Amino acid sequence: MKPLEAIRIAWEAILKNKVRSLLTMLGIIIGVAAVIIMVAISAGTEAAIQDQITSLGSNLVFVQGAMTRGGPGQAPTGGLVYDDAAAIQDGVSGVKAVVVEQNSSETVKAGDVTLEDVEILGTTTGFPSVRDMDIAEGRYFNETEIERKSKVVILGYAMAQELFGDSSPIGEYIKVGNTQLAVIGVFEEKGLVGNTDFDSRIYMPISVVFQKFTPSMFARFMGDSVRMIYVEVEDGVNQDTVIAGIERLLIKRHDVTADTEDFTITTQQDIISTRESTTAAFRSLLAWVAGVSLIVGGIGIMNIMLVSVTERTREIGIRQAVGATPADIRLQFLTEALMLSVVGGLIGTLVGISGAYIFGALSDMRTVIQASSILLAFGSAAAVGAFFGYYPADQAAQLDPIEALRYE
Amino acid sequence: MSATIIETVDITKVYGMGDISVAALNGINMKIEAGEFVAIMGPSGSGKSTLMHILGCLSQPTSGQYILDGEDVSNLDKAQLAAVRNRKIGFIFQAYNLLARTSALRNVTLPLLYNHADTKVSVEEGDKKARAMLELVGLGERVNHQPHELSGGQQQRVAIARALINNPVMVIADEPTGNLDSRSGEEIMNLLHKLHGQGTTIVMVTHDQKIAAHTQRTIVLKDGVIDIINHNGNHVGQDDILPVSERNIIPLHNEQKVQHEAA
Repeated sequence: MKPLEAIRIAWEAILKNKVRSLLTMLGIIIGVAAVIIMVAISAGTEAAIQDQITSLGSNLVFVQGAMTRGGPGQAPTGGLVYDDAAAIQDGVSGVKAVVVEQNSSETVKAGDVTLEDVEILGTTTGFPSVRDMDIAEGRYFNETEIERKSKVVILGYAMAQELFGDSSPIGEYIKVGNTQLAVIGVFEEKGLVGNTDFDSRIYMPISVVFQKFTPSMFARFMGDSVRMIYVEVEDGVNQDTVIAGIERLLIKRHDVTADTEDFTITTQQDIISTRESTTAAFRSLLAWVAGVSLIVGGIGIMNIMLVSVTERTREIGIRQAVGATPADIRLQFLTEALMLSVVGGLIGTLVGISGAYIFGALSDMRTVIQASSILLAFGSAAAVGAFFGYYPADQAAQLDPIEALRYE
Repeated sequence: MSATIIETVDITKVYGMGDISVAALNGINMKIEAGEFVAIMGPSGSGKSTLMHILGCLSQPTSGQYILDGEDVSNLDKAQLAAVRNRKIGFIFQAYNLLARTSALRNVTLPLLYNHADTKVSVEEGDKKARAMLELVGLGERVNHQPHELSGGQQQRVAIARALINNPVMVIADEPTGNLDSRSGEEIMNLLHKLHGQGTTIVMVTHDQKIAAHTQRTIVLKDGVIDIINHNGNHVGQDDILPVSERNIIPLHNEQKVQHEAA
């Protein structure tokens, strides 16, 4: 029997049982579509992370305070204080700029709009350039305003929308907790970076945050604690050298040892690696899920092919009587199983591509359809069909023609 | 047309093994010449179906030799037997055994699909030949009808066309009229006579004396051996195969004892 004839016979057999064929293919369809959609989502996520990291700049070092446990009756001490920033700027070579961040949250009122638990970010003048934020309207605060603890505020894009709608907030006043602040600027839309929503925050001089929103009795002895210090490394300077310098300086200033450090230093690269390992884990999970569903689909094909061989025992007998060899019969049923899986793979590919597209359009997650995932899914579907189709096809080939002809 | 199509030498067929083995055939010696129309008869359990399966290359003898069209087919493997069936034998079954939901034309061309010989015909030639065959059996107008759209007699005629498509050296008909009313049965027998008249060798298995009477020779089996050969009133020069001691009824060799066979 020519392969072309086998394909024709298989196609006719599939068409004779349309509904059953479709149900048989369902497992493969779902498996293939799942692979394509999941890979598209994970590739989209990766691309989004890559974009964010590029937008952050790659020469940033993050110094974060790690809370250390205080003894009985003692308050926990936050690692970093405001003066550390100045010390890093002055005491470590190769540092281009240092930006400090301290946050809190408060109720914000503007006119008759009240928003609870709004994140307040106190920071310094270098913030917009380090975090790649642009002012859409108005201006950013300056050094003088930090020194004078001026009651000024910059709104995140979403905050401005929520508090003032479409009218300009510049020159308006908002009440944060009990403090009245003048709006002097609005940031452009930035969106989510990692888990941080840059648009739903308000930004003010760090000195105002220290004074009004995070007053601490320890501040008098230790200085105002800060959440994060961003250190921008000068171009051409080895990041690791700068990190080592910061570490030495802070160990000395905080009077700790390398084992009891109350701060952590991370780089953009560390964050990328973490994210990458997360997505890699996510991906391998997806691969397992997809693999399992393809195997289940394959078992479905084997099941139906075994039923089909039994049902068509007489047909097999007729074919054998007129001269079909065991190889001919095997080829016929193997082709049918392969065709079920390949057609299922095709439908699954279409479902997967449109599914990924629709998912990307309807949700705020980005999806990037990968050609390699289509090939992989399709190839595995065909392999599954061949693997699970062989046993039923062989059963058919082994039938005794006399028994097969007698089968009712 | 004096070539020998079928020659069997001491064919036996034993089912099962050891103590529980049952001999369905117990030494069959026969010859059928090209162009003959022969009936094989016998009560159920006589071994006629088993003999038909062996003659049709659907199974193999336990011992003995079967020479079909000059080729010893006693020891071929499954694939080789399939090829022999394809090239040399056309089957007509009691239950027609057409492929359901498949047109008469495609049913007739089915054996061409498995023709691995070099003389393989193209699809167009095959279709042309199949149409000619359907014309021959009187179904030229129904090539695209499916089995369920045809009467029993018409289905059997499609089966006959299928049996002839590969120019077999013989046609084996297993109770070809068994499922048909008497009128359709008669039509089928007339058709077989017509084919016989055109030189086709036909071996027909039946239990119906009247149907068997249509043939030139009737081989009657009993308990796995040939009981009698009835020349049905015709003498067609079989003397070289089995000596004719009586005109119509030939008793068999004395050494072929009656065997007891479990039903």
